[in-house]
Amino acid sequence: MKQGQFEAQYEKDWQAFEYTVEKLEDANNSFVEELKQSEAAEFTRLYRRICHLHSLVLSRGYSSNLADKLSSLIARGHKQLYQRKHTSRYKFIRFFTVEFPVLIRRESHWFWLATLLLYGPGLLFFAATLIQPELVYTILDPGNVDKFESMYNPENRILGAARDSETNWRMFAFYISNNIGVSFRCFASGLMWCIGSIFFLVFNSLLFGAVAGHLTNVGYTETFFTFVVGHGSFELTAIAISGAAGMKLGYSILVPGNLTRIESLKRAASVAIKLVYGVFAMLVIAAFIEAFWSSNNLLEPWQKYLVGAALWAIVFAYLFLSGRGADGPE
Amino acid sequence: MITDTRLTIETPEGTDLPLTPAGLGARGAAYVLDFLIYMGVLIGLSIVTSFFGSLGWAANVIGGFLIFWFYPVYFEVWQKGQTPGKKYMKLLVINEDGTPITFAASTLRNLLRVVDALPAFYCVAIVSSILSNKFQRLGDIAAQTLVVYADEEISLTQANDLGYRPVPAGLTTDEQRSFLDFTDRCKKLSVDRQNELASILQPMLGSNDPVKAIKQIANTMSMGSKKK
Repeated sequence: MKQGQFEAQYEKDWQAFEYTVEKLEDANNSFVEELKQSEAAEFTRLYRRICHLHSLVLSRGYSSNLADKLSSLIARGHKQLYQRKHTSRYKFIRFFTVEFPVLIRRESHWFWLATLLLYGPGLLFFAATLIQPELVYTILDPGNVDKFESMYNPENRILGAARDSETNWRMFAFYISNNIGVSFRCFASGLMWCIGSIFFLVFNSLLFGAVAGHLTNVGYTETFFTFVVGHGSFELTAIAISGAAGMKLGYSILVPGNLTRIESLKRAASVAIKLVYGVFAMLVIAAFIEAFWSSNNLLEPWQKYLVGAALWAIVFAYLFLSGRGADGPE
Repeated sequence: MITDTRLTIETPEGTDLPLTPAGLGARGAAYVLDFLIYMGVLIGLSIVTSFFGSLGWAANVIGGFLIFWFYPVYFEVWQKGQTPGKKYMKLLVINEDGTPITFAASTLRNLLRVVDALPAFYCVAIVSSILSNKFQRLGDIAAQTLVVYADEEISLTQANDLGYRPVPAGLTTDEQRSFLDFTDRCKKLSVDRQNELASILQPMLGSNDPVKAIKQIANTMSMGSKKK
């Protein structure tokens, strides 16, 4: 068959296909949502037909113009046909109620290691600062120490008045950008053989230990611990999870097992990114609590400790109970 | 058309999808453009929000945070894989299997920028993409994504008035393509260079003027898709 005859005979097939592809490209929906069932069946039939015609063109040595035209049509069709489905609202809810906590439990070795790194050095440094108060200056310079002191000095507290809402919003914005930025970096830098994640976890741990130890020494415990107890539940746990996700990445490169290092990284990364979604959500909640609840001075300390304890219980109940049984044996 | 960095993905239908991963130059230029746009938006945002007191400040900080981390993710997922810079450079990001990029992959590759940007000026990314046969930076490897050249509209070779000549039998598609590409490229080549290149085919064409012969053959080829 001459190329001219071939084109005359099959042109309407690829024109029909191109028309549908253009329609789908403009619609931005997947073809299952966009087309009627009969149209969708026709689309897949035409797609296979164009693939067939394309290989005929190649094997018969028709002009490269025609081959290129068909191959670009196939590429566009392939994108429509094989694109992943966008996440539905149902899957979104399921992710947070089932998938994320199940994932934490499956990766609990990383979670506990990160938790240890986040609390261990800090607790040791806290204890050391209580014994040897000058140690705080090995972590913080005197200017910062003064800043923390004035932040938590009970005399600076405006008694009987909560912060005005504008300040709360400002602090909310600051917590969002700062804390989530830190957790993203803590995660991503784990790619470097876990070093980055470990650094962020231990560094923040020491910082927290130093500040807590120093403020205990100067007797500002009430203002400090009533402030951090509430949002600490979500914030510290989320930072630990981001470190766990980062270490998982780094470890997959260090110890790939039977896989190539790249393949091992790919598999670890597709799991780790899901942990990061959860971290993001938890840190948004933490920022809300920190800006609008933790800063509230009207409440008695025992009320704040009570709510703080409840929040810790919620976080751990969520991570260790939510989704149990929904996903079969773990 | 660049042929030497081409990558093919075999689809379930047994067709090879041609992809052309983009190299450092194009990607770097796209990044610089995106960076300028990003800075422009940030400055614009802080000017606008500065009129709204401390709530404006809050909006500025959150806006800046979102733009910093999610500017590329938004465009890659919802604007067909192209940030404005990539669109200008005719690039797009796709999954390694040739399908449109997913949210997870886009988030991952953009978070891992933190490492790719180390120690300065994306040195890690540069080394990684030079070592990778698909020009992937670390973020691309982990997220299984590729930055490729967007398909251009196929421009048919402009016919010339040199007349026609039968197409030699048994040419493969790639060989045919090189006839057409040569004819296209002649506009940018000096006459001497044209002759030098065309003379390689002299024995096969058996013509005194191989340049003309190739153009005539290209004419016949491009006519094939118009003639009914």
